[in-house]
Amino acid sequence: MSADVQLEDVWIRFGDFVAAKDVNIHIQDGEFFSFLGPSGCGKTTLLRAVSGFLAPSQGKVLIGGKDMAGIGPNKRPTALIFQNLALFPLMTVWENIAFSLEVKGMGKADRRKRADELLDLIALPNQGDKMVNELSGGQKQRVAIARALAAEPDVLLLDEPLSALDLKLRQHMRTELRAIQERVGITFIYITHDQGEALTMSDNVAVMSQGIIEQVAGGNQIYDSPETAFVASFVGENNHFIGKVSECDGETVSVETPSGVLRARSVDRNGQKQLQRGDDALVFIRPESLGFSDQRPFDNVLQGIVERQEFEGNFWQVFLKVDGSDRVVTLSMVNDGRSVGHDVGSRVKVGCNADLAVALPLGPMAAE
Amino acid sequence: MSSDRIRRFFVLFFVLGFFLYLFGPLLIMGLTAFNSSAFPRVSPWECFTVEWFDVLANDGRLLEGLKNSFLIGFGVVLFAVPLGLAGALMLTQVQERVRPWYYTIVISPILVPGVVLGISTLLFWDRIGVMFGASRDSIFYDGFFLTIIGQSTFIAAYTMLVFISRLQRFDPAQEEAALDLGATHVQAFRKILLPFLKPAIASAAVLAFLASFENYNTTVFTSISTSTLTTVLASKVRYGIDPSISALAVAIVVLTVFGAAIHEVVKRREEAAAKQAGMVAAGLIKEKKAQKQWFLEPAIIGILLVFIAGLGTAFFAGTIGVEECKVAVKEQKQIETAKRIEALKQKTQARKEAEAAKVELQKTERANRTGTENFNSIFSGGNLAPKSDTNETEGNDSPRTGTENFNSIFDSTNLQPEESVKPDDEAEPEARTGTENFNGIFSSGNLAPATTE
Ligand SMILES: Nc1ncnc2c1ncn2[C@@H]1O[C@H](COP(=O)(O)OP(=O)(O)OP(=O)(O)O)[C@@H](O)[C@H]1O
Ligand SMILES: [Mg+2]
Repeated sequence: MSADVQLEDVWIRFGDFVAAKDVNIHIQDGEFFSFLGPSGCGKTTLLRAVSGFLAPSQGKVLIGGKDMAGIGPNKRPTALIFQNLALFPLMTVWENIAFSLEVKGMGKADRRKRADELLDLIALPNQGDKMVNELSGGQKQRVAIARALAAEPDVLLLDEPLSALDLKLRQHMRTELRAIQERVGITFIYITHDQGEALTMSDNVAVMSQGIIEQVAGGNQIYDSPETAFVASFVGENNHFIGKVSECDGETVSVETPSGVLRARSVDRNGQKQLQRGDDALVFIRPESLGFSDQRPFDNVLQGIVERQEFEGNFWQVFLKVDGSDRVVTLSMVNDGRSVGHDVGSRVKVGCNADLAVALPLGPMAAE
Repeated sequence: MSSDRIRRFFVLFFVLGFFLYLFGPLLIMGLTAFNSSAFPRVSPWECFTVEWFDVLANDGRLLEGLKNSFLIGFGVVLFAVPLGLAGALMLTQVQERVRPWYYTIVISPILVPGVVLGISTLLFWDRIGVMFGASRDSIFYDGFFLTIIGQSTFIAAYTMLVFISRLQRFDPAQEEAALDLGATHVQAFRKILLPFLKPAIASAAVLAFLASFENYNTTVFTSISTSTLTTVLASKVRYGIDPSISALAVAIVVLTVFGAAIHEVVKRREEAAAKQAGMVAAGLIKEKKAQKQWFLEPAIIGILLVFIAGLGTAFFAGTIGVEECKVAVKEQKQIETAKRIEALKQKTQARKEAEAAKVELQKTERANRTGTENFNSIFSGGNLAPKSDTNETEGNDSPRTGTENFNSIFDSTNLQPEESVKPDDEAEPEARTGTENFNGIFSSGNLAPATTE
């Protein structure tokens, strides 16, 4: 079984502090949905509202179309994987996994059988009699997943379950989690502040900042068409230029910046145009969208001095001091075997086409 | 000496001094339990004996007190541990703002003098008893009930501290995880929190029992007619103690050390298991080494052997040959006593004589020498000089010195009234010893003429 989750006008307040502001999200059943946002933006708080540990100050939480108000966490069809896993250290691995069955009153033999099946699912066969503290970090992780799955929830909630793991293991567990989700077919709501994780695994991502949902969309849309300055600056690397809209031409706007006029694509929000002539705007250009203009012509051209270059194997990072801006602009270039051919200190022209630049209204950006 | 050695010397000195301070009294008391002397002391050492343990085992009042102390101790454990646990859990539930207040209030019984707690418990339940019109032998006047209630007021606060410190290490996410997995609150408490608190429950129970067992100042008020170990001991001290109390102390100390040693071994086993688990988790080893059954652990067997060997040694050394030793000590004592009495007598007599001489001197000057004439020559050098005439005539075989005149001066008869001396005189009028010269010195007649004149 699987269920959809709806958050309708959800507000969560702790005294005067607002941890979630007017959150409206509809998560489809069977979806792998991620919340992405910097630390302290309210991700865990929202998840606790879904799992029932916290009642929203205002608004509704619906699971499978049913209003969850007044229903405790032990009665909701959700299972939560805690940020610190919260495995039971005094129980063996299989007892941990079978806990939800034990409290339902299932007999020991049946419990053991089910636990062994789940141990196979998470690729830890014959490890059921170990104690939890005999497991490595990744194994604990998988046991926590198995324990949650044993409860046969309609919705699985995961609160940064991979944050404690090292990079290798994290990458491995990402694919594994995604595989498990496809196998069991239930709704996964996944929290992370690691954008790589969110983008690779999710069907849809909600980007959050200070209790506000900035944008809900698929991974590539979030990356290519951010709707707010926060999303543009938080997801991936981005160069930005401040200016004023001088011209609107359908999708494309011209923004006058100290580095010159930049033509960029304007992104709508909720079907609404966001920029008009005379508005303060930010133009975002990703490092990989920039190229040296001596190689091909561009809509937008920037002039500057090469400050330094870093070789990172499959690509080069070039750091430029661009005229009219005191910020360092980054350009990244695929290492195609030919040398970069630009010395440090030399004057260069770089640029990009209008469809790869994004113009957004001036707004708060993610801290660097 | 290098400064390092000086430092080490002082450290050693301090450590020794500290241990002496801590354990010196216990050690001395422990030794007195094995000395046959009827008063608890180590010197003079008499005989090594275990008879005081026998005395202890047959001391009905003490045993009754001990039994009651145990019963009360268990009662306090049953009452104070759940109470403390509830208090500690409550602390985690109340709002952040009221927490310091709550804490101060529930901890306050520790700060209230035990005497006050005792008296107030007594008064309170008496009032309640009166309110219900209960009789004097109802529960409101029962020493067991009142003592358990009275002691628990502050012991529950102790146990609460134990639980609070354990609860601080509890990850509340554990309980949430249980709830999230479908457990009811009761199930979460029973299956998650309670197992986590198990060690704390054990420590709290031990602490509560010991605190109850050794309590005096509350118990003395609440126990009413029930005697406990401490109240019996206190009354014993008032009416004179014997080493059976030391024997009791030895028994308690030995059991404590024994228990502590076992506890240490068990703890080390657990630590070793945890270390192995860590190695398994890190992939250093494949599987935990299986641990022996706890009763097969060499350290435990060693401790048991030492315990049994110690008991056996003390038993045999303290029972075999003790009677002979005691007889010998008794004889020795009698001899010593006789000597001491003798020495005492001599001392007393010498003093008496000196006083008499002084008095006499004054008299002769004042009293015209009547009656006292007999003493004429007593202070003449001749009397003290060797081989005076009087002695010569007695025909004694040994060569006598001048002091021989005082031969029997310390003889007990000298101190007796004249009448008893007189027959002596008559029996051997010739064989007068030097002091005979003093014959009439204490007769009232001697002094009478002088005063009348
Ligand atoms: N019980 C509470 N009382 C008061 N403030 C709270 C409470 N729980 C959370 N907050 C606040 O709400 C905000 C959001 O917290 P939350 O735990 O949801 O952040 P998060 O996005 O999960 O961060 P992280 O990535 O670090 O886990 C934080 O500023 C936090 O201080
Ligand atoms: Mg969080």
